[in-house]
Amino acid sequence: MLGKVKKLGKKTLVITGNYAVAYAAKSARVEVVAAYPITPQTSIVEKIAEFVETGLMNAKYIRVESEHSAMAACVGASAAGARAFTATSSQGLAYMHEMLHWAARARLPIVMAVVNRAMATPWNIWSDHQDSMSQRDTGWIQFYASNNQEAYDTVIQAYRLCEDEDIYLPAFICLDAFILSHTSMPVTIHDEEDVDKFLPKYEARHWKLDVDNPVTNGNIVTPDHYYEMSWSMDESMRYVKKKFPEICEEYKELFGQWHGVFTKGYKIDDAEYVIIAPGTLFEESCVAVDMLRENNVPIGALKLRVYRPFPSEDIISVARKCKMLITLDRALSYGFNGPIFNDVRSAIYGETGTPVFGYAVGLGGRDVTFNDISSIVRDATLKLEKGLHSSFVYYGLKVGEK
Amino acid sequence: MVSIRDMPKEELLLPGHAACPGCGAMIALRYALKALGKRTIMCVPACCTSVIQGLYPHTSIAVPVLNIAFAAAASTASGISAGLKARNVEDVTVLAWAGDGGTYDIGIQALSGAAERGDDIIYACYDNNAYGNTGIQRSGATPYGAWTTTTPTGKKEHRKPLELIMLEHNIPYVATACSAFPDDLYMKFKKARKIKGPRFILILSPCPIAWRFPSWSTVEIGKLAVKSGAWVLWEYHNGKLEFTGWSKLIAEGKLKKIPVIEYLKHQGRFKPILKDEKAINEIERRINDYWKFMKALKEALK
Ligand SMILES: Cc1ncc(C[n+]2csc(CCOP(=O)(O)OP(=O)(O)O)c2C)c(N)n1
Ligand SMILES: [Mg+2]
Repeated sequence: MLGKVKKLGKKTLVITGNYAVAYAAKSARVEVVAAYPITPQTSIVEKIAEFVETGLMNAKYIRVESEHSAMAACVGASAAGARAFTATSSQGLAYMHEMLHWAARARLPIVMAVVNRAMATPWNIWSDHQDSMSQRDTGWIQFYASNNQEAYDTVIQAYRLCEDEDIYLPAFICLDAFILSHTSMPVTIHDEEDVDKFLPKYEARHWKLDVDNPVTNGNIVTPDHYYEMSWSMDESMRYVKKKFPEICEEYKELFGQWHGVFTKGYKIDDAEYVIIAPGTLFEESCVAVDMLRENNVPIGALKLRVYRPFPSEDIISVARKCKMLITLDRALSYGFNGPIFNDVRSAIYGETGTPVFGYAVGLGGRDVTFNDISSIVRDATLKLEKGLHSSFVYYGLKVGEK
Repeated sequence: MVSIRDMPKEELLLPGHAACPGCGAMIALRYALKALGKRTIMCVPACCTSVIQGLYPHTSIAVPVLNIAFAAAASTASGISAGLKARNVEDVTVLAWAGDGGTYDIGIQALSGAAERGDDIIYACYDNNAYGNTGIQRSGATPYGAWTTTTPTGKKEHRKPLELIMLEHNIPYVATACSAFPDDLYMKFKKARKIKGPRFILILSPCPIAWRFPSWSTVEIGKLAVKSGAWVLWEYHNGKLEFTGWSKLIAEGKLKKIPVIEYLKHQGRFKPILKDEKAINEIERRINDYWKFMKALKEALK
């Protein structure tokens, strides 16, 4: 195993999450990039521009005039049969919204990096998941990376997944603003030749724009056909559940990296309480878990690596074995709690009666430390002891709740 | 000049499409596709053409078509062009085919971006002077005085001179055309096909429904538009501007421009202003200004 890994053309660089993503686009031999700057994503597309202009990466780079156009150009390029990539944040992602539906409905395996940033107004460039969570129902597969290596690996894995004949859906990989995007960590980068073995050249077997085999895509369909088209997208989401575990195993075999599949547990085997959190909130939860365990709190953490399709099975099996779930949401569904809390409760409904306590944290980039998470765990424990079953609260609110 | 007899017999716009009788846009598309040929990929934003293609699983267009969002014709075409180049697919023309709403209004940003970047696409706008698909609302192309459902007493503003905005982008080819002159239109698409980079063709496409004239008069109305000077046929290539067809004859004094009222009076949409002398004079003034400007421009570019 180790010997195999050693032979690979690889290097370990100390780089930001944004550069890790740019290197991933290069390793994946992305053929068309269409992108527009926005803080804190910008250094991804700057780095790719540098790769392309210095001849390190053989891609067409379309410097579009908006994110709507960025995604439209990715749709065009992917429809023409090429591997397409873009990256954005916050306002840019919202601006793409119409085209996100388009990319998914046209079944185009576009991969995008989303550096999670708060939605205006007011302006705020810090980490917050409202941007990506708001795109939940567009038909995109959603990943949340918890470190820079995972961001790199997930981009490559995502192409492999999205380009599967039974999937053909787009995916985005989320990185927490600044916490990952601008923080340097060691990342192992693989040569294109090695990645080729895992990720062959994209071949559009379902449909493409080809003058020798002309098709019309996207003209009017009656309700008769539309209904099944929507169903088939959901079918493909279900197929992701079958396919992605194999892809992650194969990636581990080849490159030695393992980030879990849909979720990844930390000290959950004997845990009575489990924190469920995406991205860097999970990493911070692990620190809190270690601290709390020193005081004999029987706690573990579960990384929500994939948000769509939602890993209900993983959540149910964890819920069955523990006494309480704690969810951390860095976004809100105004008028009805936080999205992860809601989805976790919905996933276990009728399967287990495990109490779920939800917490809104870190909105607009407010710091979430292991101390905060420890306080949250104490709060949830008190609720559990009081016999409560479920609640959703704003942790650390500086104004009084009515 | 080419005669209709010299054009390819093969139809790439197939019979059985869903256009209204007398649709000027489909005359234009038919000849545009004859000129561009089979190695063409089309991308179509929301407009009448999205409907005209017919219902899935059928289509009435024999080249590949990607239907796309209203604002996204140019950006998508840029993406297609880049995707083909990434795959070394040569000698395929990427044609964005959009209405005036999708071009003058919601799509102008993407179009301007593609033009500025020099992307290798032909962008053709069939201009029926209104939002046809949604039932005839005003657009940036609707002329002064014209009725639409959102300008029920006649539009108070003139149209936006989009062709000049595109010319100012300094792209290799800009032309105007009209559905009533398929030979002129065919030649322009033929020429555009051979040029690399962004090419823009704006086609006046009379619409019997929006303009309120009988469906058999489409060609006649188009001819009156050019004969009255309300629509000017020209072509900009290699830094030179030339008038073409009847507009060339008018420019050279070989054909006398007819009063614009002769063009307006056959169209129900101008009813709000037909008897309003001031309004008619205002339209004439605008036509004369445009001609003056175009003639000066031609001289300046000599
Ligand atoms: C973002 C968006 N806004 C509005 C619409 C509704 N819509 C569809 S076609 C159209 C008008 C198209 O007008 P034009 O571009 O002139 O083409 P025509 O219908 O005249 O052929 C409108 C407003 C849409 N599809 N998308
Ligand atoms: Mg129109």
